[in-house]
Amino acid sequence: MTESNTLGDLWEYDVTKILATFLAIYAGYVVMGLISGLPTRGIVATLVQLTLLIALYAMLTLALNLQWGYTGLFNIGIVGFMAVGAYTMLMVSKPPVDPSSAAAASQIGGLGLPVIVGILAGVIAAALLGFVVALPALRLRADYLAITTIAMSEIVRFIFLSSSFQEFSVFGNKIGTGGGRGLIVNFEEPISRIFFDTGAYEGLVTAVNEAMGVQGTMAPVVDTAVISVVLLVVVAGYFWLFKRTGESPFGRVLKAIREDEDVARALGKNTNRFKIKSFMLGCALMGLAGAFYAMYFLGAVNPTAFKPQFTFFVWVALIIGGSGSNTGSVIGSAIFVGVLFQGPLYMKNVVEALFTVASAPPSFAHALSGIGPFIAYMFENISHFRIIALGIVLIVLMKRRPDGIMGHRKETAASIPLIKLSGYGRDAAADGGDAE
Amino acid sequence: MRVRMELQTIDTRGQITSQRLLIAGAAFIGVLMVLSLLWGLFVSGSIQFSRLGTLVWDGLMRGLVIGLAGIGLSMTYSILNFANFGHGDYITSGAFVGWGVTYLIAGLGTAELGELLLVGASGNVYGPQLGIGITQTPVAVILGLIVASLATIAVALIVDRLVFKSMRDEEGISLLIASVGVAFALRYLIAFVYTQSNRGTTNASLVPDWSVPLVDGTLAVDAHDLTLLVASVGLMLGVHVLMQRTKLGKAMRAMADNEDLALVTGIPTESVVRWTWIIGGGLTGAAGYLLVLWRGTLTFNFGWLLLLLIFAAVILGGIGSIYGAILGGLVIGLTMTLSQIWIPTDFARAAAFGIMILILLVRPEGLFAGRSTA
Repeated sequence: MTESNTLGDLWEYDVTKILATFLAIYAGYVVMGLISGLPTRGIVATLVQLTLLIALYAMLTLALNLQWGYTGLFNIGIVGFMAVGAYTMLMVSKPPVDPSSAAAASQIGGLGLPVIVGILAGVIAAALLGFVVALPALRLRADYLAITTIAMSEIVRFIFLSSSFQEFSVFGNKIGTGGGRGLIVNFEEPISRIFFDTGAYEGLVTAVNEAMGVQGTMAPVVDTAVISVVLLVVVAGYFWLFKRTGESPFGRVLKAIREDEDVARALGKNTNRFKIKSFMLGCALMGLAGAFYAMYFLGAVNPTAFKPQFTFFVWVALIIGGSGSNTGSVIGSAIFVGVLFQGPLYMKNVVEALFTVASAPPSFAHALSGIGPFIAYMFENISHFRIIALGIVLIVLMKRRPDGIMGHRKETAASIPLIKLSGYGRDAAADGGDAE
Repeated sequence: MRVRMELQTIDTRGQITSQRLLIAGAAFIGVLMVLSLLWGLFVSGSIQFSRLGTLVWDGLMRGLVIGLAGIGLSMTYSILNFANFGHGDYITSGAFVGWGVTYLIAGLGTAELGELLLVGASGNVYGPQLGIGITQTPVAVILGLIVASLATIAVALIVDRLVFKSMRDEEGISLLIASVGVAFALRYLIAFVYTQSNRGTTNASLVPDWSVPLVDGTLAVDAHDLTLLVASVGLMLGVHVLMQRTKLGKAMRAMADNEDLALVTGIPTESVVRWTWIIGGGLTGAAGYLLVLWRGTLTFNFGWLLLLLIFAAVILGGIGSIYGAILGGLVIGLTMTLSQIWIPTDFARAAAFGIMILILLVRPEGLFAGRSTA
């Protein structure tokens, strides 16, 4: 192993690529923020929110990559598994409501078990739902599996939306889904319990306040920053798990199934069992992401948060990054959230800070009266526009670059490097090794 | 591909047993449901004949719309080999353009031209005030229906030219993902032009209705029910004749069966594809327009919400079969309404999806299997 720290060598590491993507997006946001004269606190808060959202998408994209990228299982029911994870976690962990208290009429309690138990229950419930869907559906063609999974995710949403399961009794506790009103996260989630209640944390907030030299407390921003760091650690955990899975004998069979299931079967592998395991693992981790989504994004869980649109956002992230690549999944999530999803909204703020945008005409018909009104109308409806752009990006990617950014790479299915690390890259070709 | 599917269906003895168990279980539950219905009708009287009649009629209306829109989806599914997730938003685009024309004709001179064409986007023009209905403004409705069909055909052809044409040889899944992109772009383009507001389109109080006596009560039927019935059945018969009697129909069936063989035989496949979009798009646009007329409301995402039900119908009937799509549509429509007899209304859609999943498990090739586009 020779020590040559040239940039080119450094670039060969996937971590470098991920970090570079993050840094590029952050730099873009900081520059735009500075141009528009946003206060430092505002810029930092934006970056922290961005990181949080990227972490959530990265978790989901990595789990989807296991199912689609590794095994070739077309799952478009992601929100269904998230919803099951989130709701199960809440129903298990919400504090019970005393039936004699005044709140009993309006509030729905839970079993009051520790949050960790709730999260675990959510993960298991999502995995079990994955099993129920996978057991029969894996025999079907990819497009039938797709339609079955999306139908399942809608059935899940209708069940949570229905007033029939709004309230029921388990072990003498009144629990339920809350129907259309949903459930509030009215307990202390683990990150607060571990970090925020300590004296050291108070010190950190004070230090940040002083360092930033800004008016008002930085506490909310620091809170979110800590949460996003914890979620990034979870993403790293997912990454490690899937990397290990991909390199294991188990992962090799998954990839064989993706390439040609009949061959895998001819070699004596019970492909259905492998597919079910892979599907369940992916669903379990989507359930975990759902539990985090409930605690750190929603605050109050509601069936409308789990519409199929969300599923397709995760798919866009995966396709940008390139299915089959874990690194690509993370990079794709960062680009999706940073550029496509949040970028246009942030741009709108920046432009509004720099220029005075004329008030938008009341309808599209008036917008057609000239270029000025049209731009104003477009600006007013930028949130529609970003989804139109997203659709176009998806189409263009499927036409021009279906492998995304990273999907073209062949990942070695061995746990040990097949070539010497020093020979990686340009030298490898000289050695005559078939590295790629 | 077909051989492989069959291999997978008869995979192991265990799977066949589980499939038989599933059929037996479903049949058992079905018998229980029928018995409880009969008990409710004749013994306990908890279900009235008139209520059952209303549910059947309602389900028939929904089923016709789903079936009509399903024909187009089924045709492209079998001829181009992909599940088009943009189909729902084709429905919406056609409906908006068609209703713009209806508003224009019904409200000419009463409001700004742009407002009328945008179906009252900024909330100054309301359909009920214009008194729109098949009996009050027949010309506006019929022209709107025609324009809705034409607009959907235009959208389908433009999207095909821009997106799908260069992807003909790709796998179905790549096309499916691209069609999701089409769905997003179209839906929010509609929201951008027409806004996201939910508008009422017809004036229900002006539509003539009749009470048909039915054993222990009445069944309410209005003029829009009859319009929907007549228009959709007429269009379905037209497609039937087209498929059975014309050369184009034969070419389409040949292509659905084996594209390469069709090409070798001298069938101009590209032009058949174009006609598929035209026929499918026309029916789809009409279905969307009729649904809005029947329901009296129009939103930017109603087609997307309808899409899964249409998929359910198409899969239920067997991909590629137009009769399958019609039958599947009726089964889905009736399931949605009749399920209310046994389970809460909240689960109407869930019941429809449940039936679809059951059929996929028991008979993945659909009810009309092996009779492609016939």
